[in-house]
This record gives sequence, C-alpha cells and structure tokens, in this order.
Amino acid sequence: MNQITAFIVDMLVHATPLIIAGLAVAIAFRAGIWNIGADGQFIAGATAAAWVGVSASAAIGWLALPLALVGGAIAGGIWAALAAWLRSRFGVLEVISTIMLNFIATYGASYLVRGPLQEPTHVFPQTSSIIGGAHMPILIGGTRLHWGFILALLLATVTWWVMKYSAIGFRIRASGMSPFAARSAGLINVPRVTSGAFIASGAIAGVAGAVEVCGVTFALYENISPGYGYTAIAVALLAGLNPLGVIGTGILFGALETAAGTMQRNAGIPATTASVIEAIVILAVIGIAQVRSRRSVSAT
Amino acid sequence: MSDVALGLASITKRFGRTAALQSASLSARRGTVHALLGENGAGKTTLMRIAFGMLRPDAGTIRVNGDIKSFASPSEAIANGIAMVHQHFTLVPAMTVTENVALGGRGLFRPRQARSDLLALARRTDFAIDPDARVQDLPAGAQQRVEILKALSHEPRVLILDEPTAILTPMEAQELLNRARELVNGGGTAILITHKLRDALQFADDITVLRRGATVWTGRANEATEDALVSAMLGSEHAPTESPGNKVSPRDRTAGGETVMALRDVSVRDTLGVDRLKAVSMEVRGGEIVGVAAVEGNGQHELLRVLAGRIAATSGMVELPSSVGFIPEDRQRDALIPGLSLRDNVALAGAGTRRGMMDWTPIGGRTRALLENYDVRARHENVHASTLSGGNQQKLVVGREIEWSHAALVAENPSRGLDIQASAAVKDRIIDARNSGAAVVIYSSDLDEITSLADRVVVVFAGKVTECVNDYESIGRAMLGATMK
Repeated sequence: MNQITAFIVDMLVHATPLIIAGLAVAIAFRAGIWNIGADGQFIAGATAAAWVGVSASAAIGWLALPLALVGGAIAGGIWAALAAWLRSRFGVLEVISTIMLNFIATYGASYLVRGPLQEPTHVFPQTSSIIGGAHMPILIGGTRLHWGFILALLLATVTWWVMKYSAIGFRIRASGMSPFAARSAGLINVPRVTSGAFIASGAIAGVAGAVEVCGVTFALYENISPGYGYTAIAVALLAGLNPLGVIGTGILFGALETAAGTMQRNAGIPATTASVIEAIVILAVIGIAQVRSRRSVSAT
Repeated sequence: MSDVALGLASITKRFGRTAALQSASLSARRGTVHALLGENGAGKTTLMRIAFGMLRPDAGTIRVNGDIKSFASPSEAIANGIAMVHQHFTLVPAMTVTENVALGGRGLFRPRQARSDLLALARRTDFAIDPDARVQDLPAGAQQRVEILKALSHEPRVLILDEPTAILTPMEAQELLNRARELVNGGGTAILITHKLRDALQFADDITVLRRGATVWTGRANEATEDALVSAMLGSEHAPTESPGNKVSPRDRTAGGETVMALRDVSVRDTLGVDRLKAVSMEVRGGEIVGVAAVEGNGQHELLRVLAGRIAATSGMVELPSSVGFIPEDRQRDALIPGLSLRDNVALAGAGTRRGMMDWTPIGGRTRALLENYDVRARHENVHASTLSGGNQQKLVVGREIEWSHAALVAENPSRGLDIQASAAVKDRIIDARNSGAAVVIYSSDLDEITSLADRVVVVFAGKVTECVNDYESIGRAMLGATMK
C-alpha cells in the first residue's frame, strides 16, 4: 500500500468520529442549544458500547454490533438529557452544565477502566476487548477503514434531509432562530422541541463514541477521545451547521490531524502545529462570517 | 427662593419627524402632589424623562427651585434632588433588595452599611421591606416599594412616579399614594404620572393635562371636574377621521352570526402574581369586528392572547375554534423569523402541529399566491423576510394568519408603524375577513382606528371588560375609568 492510500485511509478513519460528533453539534446549535458537551456524550456512548461489546455473549453473533451502537446512542442521549433537564427545570445554562458533564464523563470513564470494567489481569487501565460480533466490518480489505465511515455519511444525509424536509426539522430550525415567533406564530412547544433536539444531539455524539470503540479501539481506554467533541464544534461551525457540509469539514479536520502525526514522525514538525492551523481556520471563518453579516445588515 | 420646586417651561422634543412634545409646561409647587394626566402617547413620560436628564429637550427650560438647569444625565438630575420611579421595573431580579437599592450609589459598596441605611430609610418612610430578600422572589407590590426606596435613597426633593399604581392592587395603590402624601408633607414634591382620573382627583393638589405633546389644562385639583379633565385629555375636535380602508360602514351590517370565540369568567395571573384579567366574560360572533380599547397595562395584552389561544387562562372557560389567526404587535419578534425565507415564514403557521414532511412545493405555491393576493412586494418567495419593508412584512403576516384561519382573527395594533397606504391595505384585509364570516378582534391604541373599524367595542380597564357605546368620547371615558354618563 502506498503512502497516499495509507494517508487517505487514516484521514477517513480520523474523520469518522468528527463527522458524527459534528452532526450532533450542528443539530443542537440549529436548535439554539449550545451543547459544548459532545465530548462527554461521546465518552458516555463509547463506555456503553464497550460494556455491551465486552459483556455480550458470543452466541448473539453480529447482533452485538447494533446493540453496542444503540447502547452508545442511549448513553449519549441520557448524558445530554441530564443537561436538558437542568436547563428546563432550573434554568442552568447548558454551556456550563455540558462542560461540567464532560469532566464527569472523562473521569468517570477513567474510574471504570481502573475499577469495575477493567480487564481481568488488572494491569492496563482499559476494558477487555469487545467480542468479534461487535466489530465494525472493514470497508476496504487490508486497511483500517471500517463501515463506520459509511454510517457517518448516511447519518449526515439523513440529518440533512430531516432538517430540510421534515416538520420536526423545521420546528427545530424555527425554535433556534426565534423562540418567540416559533411559539407565537407557529404555536410550537419550544421547550419540548429544543430539549428533544438536545437529547438527539447527545444520542448522535454517543453513536460517534460507539463507532470509535467498535471500529477502531475495540476496547474502552482512558482518554478514548482526544477532544473529538470539542473539535466537532469547529467542524460544525466551519460547515455553517449544514449536515452535508459537516462531511467536508470533518474530512478536512481528519486530514489535519492525520498529517500532524505524519509530519511529526517524518519531518519533526510538532503535532501541535495542526491545532494551531485548526484554530486559525476557525478564527478566519468566524471573522469572515462577521464581516458578511455586517455587510448584509448595512445593505438592507 | 421660588415656591416652584420643579418648573418646566415650553419644552419641545422631536424624535425624527414626530414631535413628542410641543411647548409643554409644568410647574410643581413645593409640598404638593402634582398629577400629570394624558392619554397614551400624550408625552407624559417623555416630559418627565427630560426633567430627569434621560432625554435632552430641543427647546425650553428646566428650573429647579428657580434656577435654570440642564441635565446631561440622570445622575446630574439626582444630584439636583430629582428622582424618578419608572413604569417598568429597573431592578436586577437575582440581586437582593439591599444590593438593588445600593446600585445607583457611588464609591465602595459596604454591604452592612448599605443594609442598615436601607433599614433606617424603610423605617423613616414606613415602607416595610426585607432587605435580604431576592427581588425575583418578591410580588409586584413589594418590587414597586423597592423601586421607590431606591429613588428615596438619594433623598430627593422632587420624586417623579411614572404610573406607579398600574400593576398594584387597589389596596396597595391606596397605600402607595398615602405614602406619597406623607412625603410631600415633609416639604418634598411628588409628580404622579397617571391616566387614572380618580387617582389624580383624589390625591393630587395640582393637575396638568397633556394632549399630543402640549399642556392643555393646568390648575388646582379641587377646581377640576371629571368632565373638564376628560375633554381636556381627549380634545374637543375628535371627530373620527374616515379611514380610507373602511368601505363598509359597520352600521350597515346585520348582526353577527354564531358565536365563534367565548370567554366565561376567565382570569389570568402573570408570573409576578398580578391578576391581569379578572373574571372576564365575552363573546365574539362570526362576521363581526370587536374593537378592544384600553390604556397600556390594563390587561388587554393578556385578553388578546387568551382569545388567540396563545396563553392559557389561569381559571375560567375558553371556547375557541381549532385555529385562530393572530397578528401580534411586535411582528419582528413574535410573528416573523427575519432570517428565514418568506416561504418558510408562511409555513410557520401551524408548524407546531404538523406531522411528517414539509410539503415545500405546495407551500411555495401558496406563498406565491399570498404575495400576489395580499400585495406583498417581494422579488420571490425565497428571499429572507428581513429584506421586506415593514409594510410588506405586515401584509405577509396578515395574509398568512387570515389564510391559516378563516374562522377567527385577533389583531393587536395591526397598522402601527405603517405608512398610510400599507395601513389602509391591512385594514381592508381585516374588513374582508370579517365580511367573509370571520370573528375578528382588533386592539388599537389609536381610538380612531377602533371607532372606524369596530362593529362593537369593549373596553378593558384594570383587568375587567365592559361593553361600550362605539363613540370616541364614551370609549375615552371608559378607558380612563371615568363614570359612564
């Protein structure tokens, strides 16, 4: 396998969790919910998938995979539902609560892989490997590229379609853009719609974590997410919250992170350079968006 | 030293092309309560904001104790012994009473000192208040007391109260006005902005009446009669101007059809615990326009939203058709989403209960038809609503709401801010809806609009609804809570 193919495979493997988590962020932001907690929801989903994958009987065969993915979705959804409940019940800002829940998820997973879910030898801070039935099938033989990437493309397409053509998607967009008009002119139950979008966002981020476990790591480790949930915010914003755009920006950030590793190995350029470039891209996008919105305001 | 504590002479103030004040004058004598009366938009609050340094007059003079002053800011007015209690609360809900009162102060904030100062002030003025309570936990009456204590903490010689009794229960209002009286007995001066004749006649020593930005009546309260004040406030030349849109005279019409909207003993309590509507019963029939007249803050806001099915009644029975069109006052905020296309904004009606898919192709067709039929000037249905002029935005909203519900329509100040043509078009459409059998309720702060459009008029005063004869003066009197002739 030549170097370019290897790079492309790595890039798409990296892009997969970013695309799925990016979709999660895009849905929440569209609903006017500032879900900064995709990372925590990702970890919750990864933990649930690993638990399902480790404890499932080999007898159920390939059924273990959908079970693990659904488990990941449920765990991510519950993780977001906590913040959604705090928001609707006590008016806690979701920006704060989701960041806090990220820490709880990170250290909670740390505890689990050193405690109840640790592999039987109690040497490594990780779970046992998930059973073969929970493995995401490989897409291109001889590479690491798995079907999770196709799942990401599928999820992006479905999300795009739902936001654009379904009544629920329209309610989410209307509630996010103007809760007042959504309530008064649309008779939309705004708290219910936004809470629903919040939980759906968490569920999708949970799926991202499950896909990472079932497709790449095959076990739950400490630091299973190198900040995927945070990078996902950049992915979503750079795509203008458009689900199809998230595919492109997810691949771009996947490429940056893959290239960072390669450059560090081959050219001695620190991997943090990629983070610097990512940050510059985000700042540039925000700046351009600002200038554009000012122009359109002054034009009217 | 002059015995006029605060004198405003020939004050003129323009906002753009509209003159809010045209040579308005007021002299508040020391040791008196001075009532400033006027209809909505007569310029009462503007005049007092000028006295308090929030606005600068274009012409005219302000004298404090006979000396000419010019205030660049409220803090300069406060330094000259003037304080103002605003109509809408300016308190920070999450802060305690002590913190709120100390907010306007200077230098260091010493919590213990501030607390004991406040307690001393409360004792001196007899305003019972818990200094450690959070403002958000207090009922409206107590919040009003905090506002007044905040103003009194500057030890003003002139205290301006902007509609202080608007949200209070009658007992609380009585209490507050008694306090104002005690304050002036100590040598101070209170100016009471109000639209309630009774408050003015009972509690004030002097009365000044503003109409359309000019002082039209001033004198001692004991020389004033209710009739004199009403005709000063409403003016004598108030022949209703013929609305260009009113082609069908209401009186030509037969009585309405079947009852479409009905309220029985409906009460609404807001989040502050204030009863906005008190056991209201009314009916609206198909094919009639019911005009609602009221001075700001008497409960018409809630009445319209209950009729439109936008808020729930706290108690009582509400009967409405399955859908009611609603044209809210603040269309930019409540009726349209400026960042969405016209088609999407049309789709907004009924979006809350729609299932499955958005049928964008038919919705697009309906939007194009609506743009055509309601004369909305737009390039096409996919431009953002923000690109439309105010008149075209309103025509879009009116069209959408009428098309969405042919049974019932509730409109709140539907022609506010529109030019004459757009305003006439909007009124035409509302009359058309009535003529094709819809039950229509329209509120307008412009009485001419109500008298020209309505088949029947109800007046909301202090949360109660009463039927009223459809003529300018009767409505005007009822709005002010004056006794019926």
